[in-house]
Amino acid sequence: MNSPTSSQPAPSTLDIRTFASPISEANTQPLASSSTRPTVLELRAVTCAYEPQRPAIEAMSLTAAQGDILCLLGPSGCGKTTTLRAIAGFERVTYGEIRLNGRLVSSPQHHVPSEERRVGMVFQDYALFPHLCVADNITFGLHRWPAAARRERLRIMLDLIGLKGLEHRYPHELSGGQRQRVALARALAPNPVLLLLDEPFSNLDPDMTVKMREELLQLLRGTRTTTVLVTHDHDEAFAMADQVAVLHGGRLVQCDAPETLYHLPNCPFVAEFVGQADFIPGVIENGKVMTEIGEFPRQGTYQGGNHVLVMIRPDDIRIVRVGHGTARIEYRQFRGSENLYRIRLPSGRHIHCAQPSTHVYAIGTAVELEIIATHTVLFEQSSTR
Amino acid sequence: MSLHQQANLTVDVSQGVLRCSGNWTVTSLSRLERQICKIKWPEQRAVVWDGSGITALDTCGAVVLYRCLERLRKEGREISWIGLRPEFAELLNLVADQALAIAKMPVDGQPHWVARLGVAVWTKANQAIQAVAFLGASTMAGVQALVSPRTLRWRMLAKSLERDGFHALPIIGLLSFLMGVVIAYQGAEQLRALGANIFIVDLVGIALLREIAPLITAILIAGRSGSAYTAQIGTMRVTEELDAVRTLGISPFQYLVLPKVLALLVALPLLTVYADVLGVLGGMMIAANQLNIEMTEFLSRFEQAIALKHYVIGLVKAPVFAVIIALVGCYQGFQIYGGVDSVGQRTTISVVQSIFLVIVFDALFSIVLNWWGV
Repeated sequence: MNSPTSSQPAPSTLDIRTFASPISEANTQPLASSSTRPTVLELRAVTCAYEPQRPAIEAMSLTAAQGDILCLLGPSGCGKTTTLRAIAGFERVTYGEIRLNGRLVSSPQHHVPSEERRVGMVFQDYALFPHLCVADNITFGLHRWPAAARRERLRIMLDLIGLKGLEHRYPHELSGGQRQRVALARALAPNPVLLLLDEPFSNLDPDMTVKMREELLQLLRGTRTTTVLVTHDHDEAFAMADQVAVLHGGRLVQCDAPETLYHLPNCPFVAEFVGQADFIPGVIENGKVMTEIGEFPRQGTYQGGNHVLVMIRPDDIRIVRVGHGTARIEYRQFRGSENLYRIRLPSGRHIHCAQPSTHVYAIGTAVELEIIATHTVLFEQSSTR
Repeated sequence: MSLHQQANLTVDVSQGVLRCSGNWTVTSLSRLERQICKIKWPEQRAVVWDGSGITALDTCGAVVLYRCLERLRKEGREISWIGLRPEFAELLNLVADQALAIAKMPVDGQPHWVARLGVAVWTKANQAIQAVAFLGASTMAGVQALVSPRTLRWRMLAKSLERDGFHALPIIGLLSFLMGVVIAYQGAEQLRALGANIFIVDLVGIALLREIAPLITAILIAGRSGSAYTAQIGTMRVTEELDAVRTLGISPFQYLVLPKVLALLVALPLLTVYADVLGVLGGMMIAANQLNIEMTEFLSRFEQAIALKHYVIGLVKAPVFAVIIALVGCYQGFQIYGGVDSVGQRTTISVVQSIFLVIVFDALFSIVLNWWGV
């Protein structure tokens, strides 16, 4: 598995390497180690600015090896779409460089136009050509191929996306999911070196999204397509990606495997963005972190002051005794497979706790909490959230 | 790009400590000011500034720092410094001595009129450069198509010829016929008074062949096809189809611009000839009706009176107008950003601009030809 490296100095630097290996091994990936596969995409300190002094992305460094699925994750306005457009060649870079298969395609002095980059892209609204039928849409990028090869390629693509028999329909006669598949086939047909997906599931209803996600993942794995995916949904990122790059304010905050990102975020922003997280203050004493809900083992390579914030995921704590204790249940959110409780601590802080779906407690119940966290993530108390 | 050199201001709210670090210089000014706008000031009455992290300070940085200090002082805070290097402290004092001048400096607000003028000129200059770049790229695409005609999108060209040429026949025929009628009517009044009836042939012939037919055709095509080009390309831009075309390895110039330019280059001269014929036919009918000039008489006079050059001059203008209309239409289409609402706006601009340019070039033709004595 890839050895994850965080590309930015973080408020607290945890040694992620020591942690990442056991988790990542459990997640069986069909691909060989990234060191044996050639690098397809490389961004080095890329900066894009629509207006000088206000860069949309700044000092962005990313790599993707052959067959990797890299996901750019971040809130809206964080620069993820700009990064994607810079890779596609729609935006010029003002600093740094982009390489595709080792070839320099973007730098302040040098700009290879999009049409010469061999990059496939699936757009958010699919951008199918409305006046062309499915077959013509898919073969649009094959205009220089001989007719026989083009027909063969069309057949393969229709098989791949399972839309055989619909090749004479027009885009407006297709459902959302079918349209997306046509857009995917159109992007994959000319054998691109890199596939870019811009929020591919944002226009589908939730049921459809899960299904399409699985299909797409299978298809990308099957064809070994190197992919860069943009999304604001961490579930989507976790489900699809080998590597997730979290962007914030135009900067790369952390780039790691999904598991590492969830369990060992390198700053409070990442911790909160990739899932429910609470932070409670604590003090380091004698190698342990003392907090109001108990003591945590001091792990990792946190270096900094003794006043820390401890990250707590809802599954890091458990309700042990009901009817006793100083904490009170304030709110219950039923989520199907689990109940998420908001618990008010004596100090007035709130933390969240996930319990099995059948454990239903009334609001206002006094409870006692037990820490079941396997690892501790600490941040310096002054670090901005 | 190293991070530690960038100017930074962090606040420890719990202890009332403000830490400055990095290069507080002119290059990091805008970043710093943006950061300070968003900063959460500590609540304490006594505030400690920790300047030990400052690696460089110039007047700009000192002014920013001074403004922060002033702001806190006005709120009645007590400020103490730790770790500021003596040379930086000296600069800060120097800046503080100029407090009045600093207070007069604009913070944020309407920029000076010179600045606004500069921005306006810069924007216009950029637009002009873009237009020239577009012309260059189109020319390159054209040259490339000449060298290897296989890269040309023949299907798009045929479609464009049909839509912009063939389908325009009825309207252009009708309008040029009516123009011939109008000119002949107006001329007939005057010529009858002078008894120079036969000169109606010269009037109708020269006016139509040399000026009216090419102009009316170009204006109609600008309204009909130029606007359609802008709307088509603009819509494709808004729906990201244009980007899709590019990622599929096809240059939008080859796919969209070149077929349109070539189609109009072929269609406009043909439409002009067609307009010539129908315009003269209109004039001829009025001549027969109003001035009793038989059609045969009209035509034989036409042969003698109208030199070939008038016809040729009219025909030479058509390709020039064609290029103007097609390029303006496409260029305006590529200028559309953002939403669909700008499509309508740009379409209007496209039509006005191409008609304007067509008439300007027509006038230029007249001046140059007159100068040459043609």
